[in-house]
Amino acid sequence: MIEIKNKLNVSASPHVKSPKTVTGIMLDVIIALCPALFASFFLFGPQALAVVAVCVGTCVLSEFVCRKVMKRNNTIGDLSAIVTGLLLAFNLPSTIPLWMAAVGSVVSIVVVKQFFGGIGQNFVNPALAGRIILLTSFPTAMASWTRPLSWQAEAVTTASPLASMYDEAGKFTAENLPSLTDMLIGNRAGCLGEVCAIGLILGGLYLVIRKVISPVIPLVYIATVGVFMTFAGGFNMEFVAYQLLSGGLLLGAIFMATDYTTSPISLKGKIIFAIGCGLLTSLIRFYGNLPEGVSFAIVIMNIFVPHIERLTAPKPFGTVKEKKSKEVKSA
Amino acid sequence: MAEKKSLGKEFTKGLIKENPVLRLVLGTCPTLAVSTSVMSAVGMGASATAVLICSNIVISLLRKVIPSKVRIPAYIVIIASFVTIVQMVVKAFMPELDEQLGVYLPLIVVNCIILGRAEAFAGKNPVLASAVDGLGMGVGFTGALFCMGFIRELFGSGTFLSGIAGINGGNGIAVPFLNENPMLIFVLAPGGFFVFGILMAVANKIAEGKGLPKAELHGCENCPMASSCTIIKKDECKSNEEVAVK
Repeated sequence: MIEIKNKLNVSASPHVKSPKTVTGIMLDVIIALCPALFASFFLFGPQALAVVAVCVGTCVLSEFVCRKVMKRNNTIGDLSAIVTGLLLAFNLPSTIPLWMAAVGSVVSIVVVKQFFGGIGQNFVNPALAGRIILLTSFPTAMASWTRPLSWQAEAVTTASPLASMYDEAGKFTAENLPSLTDMLIGNRAGCLGEVCAIGLILGGLYLVIRKVISPVIPLVYIATVGVFMTFAGGFNMEFVAYQLLSGGLLLGAIFMATDYTTSPISLKGKIIFAIGCGLLTSLIRFYGNLPEGVSFAIVIMNIFVPHIERLTAPKPFGTVKEKKSKEVKSA
Repeated sequence: MAEKKSLGKEFTKGLIKENPVLRLVLGTCPTLAVSTSVMSAVGMGASATAVLICSNIVISLLRKVIPSKVRIPAYIVIIASFVTIVQMVVKAFMPELDEQLGVYLPLIVVNCIILGRAEAFAGKNPVLASAVDGLGMGVGFTGALFCMGFIRELFGSGTFLSGIAGINGGNGIAVPFLNENPMLIFVLAPGGFFVFGILMAVANKIAEGKGLPKAELHGCENCPMASSCTIIKKDECKSNEEVAVK
């Protein structure tokens, strides 16, 4: 009797369960971030290590305290706070005062994530919101870059490639820019995690192979920026290459725009979302006051996601489209 | 005795339970616009309170004279007169405050709180109760503005009470550390919205602790027009969210 019971497990649906868990997915993301993380340690030295440690530590601590105060079950075990901390640190310059990094982490976790209900409820990407709040609050500290590999000697401040790619007449010039190879391996000024393009692409490939993210959003996003810059730059392919490799485009497209909570579910929705991100990024970079627009573009599109989802809701199998008549409307 | 007790209730309801800004979500525009410093926030609150009390009294006195069809224009005329008086007083005695408040001082005329109280309360209650209601609502408004102004000024510019000539030559009390590293976002619009939202959550929490219902943005209960609304049936009300979804 007992044996039959064990074999015939009577339960309510769902009967087929995915082995994927939030913790597993977050762990995959952390692994995928590692190449760029180690590259940043190598390029920016102990300062980078300190910023990452402060961001991750503050994120986990504020998540823990916040859940405790709100009397909700503890969620630091799902590792999402660690991912937020890592991504925020990736979006900060290595020279940022550590307390500012801590403020950004608290804002990300407490205001953007926990106030809206915790994991899965945040209205925009927490790390990006943290970065934007720091950027608007402390514009100088957020835009002072150091040259990579200069940390053993006295740090040398320098402009980021996006700011120095135009000459005085506003035309594109590669004169002051690092070579494209340097751009790929990360030997250029920028935020911690955004500089090493190869590391980010490796991480992205890992996530795609592990089926954590679908490649649609990153590819469409980057392609949109590429196409826009091809036309805007007068078919200058060098300009396009620099545009794609500089700033936080790769980091944003691979790791930020693909956040489950704040990106659409359906394929159509993903494409619309990614094109929107790409267009906004290009428009801000090309016509806006700021040199970089990835974070603003993704956050703005994050807010549009519920509307995109409503417009692209898939049709249930076998249903017939209702005829729009006055009677139906009034009913 | 009973009279006194109810008057006390009219006053206290404006503080938390029916706080015009944090619970009824009225007068949001001046709240966000002038709460970048304590000085301008309290100045705005005090001016609005003065107008609110005076207009409530006069509207209550005239409530049987004003025909209901033209009551809104009549209310606006009364409110505008008091706003003009307050504006002249502020211009004459506190020119700096007038400069800080700018266009938001004359805009008190169309402040939802004042018109809302006129419509919902003063238009159908006796003079004393209306005056007390105006005072309570005004104090609630000023209190909410003070909280927002305090937080935004403290973190956004690292000072407290700046703009008052008597304190440190108008620069206010500088808070150590925060003064050197002001978080600009607090004095910008997004910071205002964040502080506003968090304060609303706190007000809801306090009100919940007292066993009061949550503030709801839809439905008729909290609508200042509820008592005078011509659409009595809830389902027909356009502002009812459920109907809008249908």
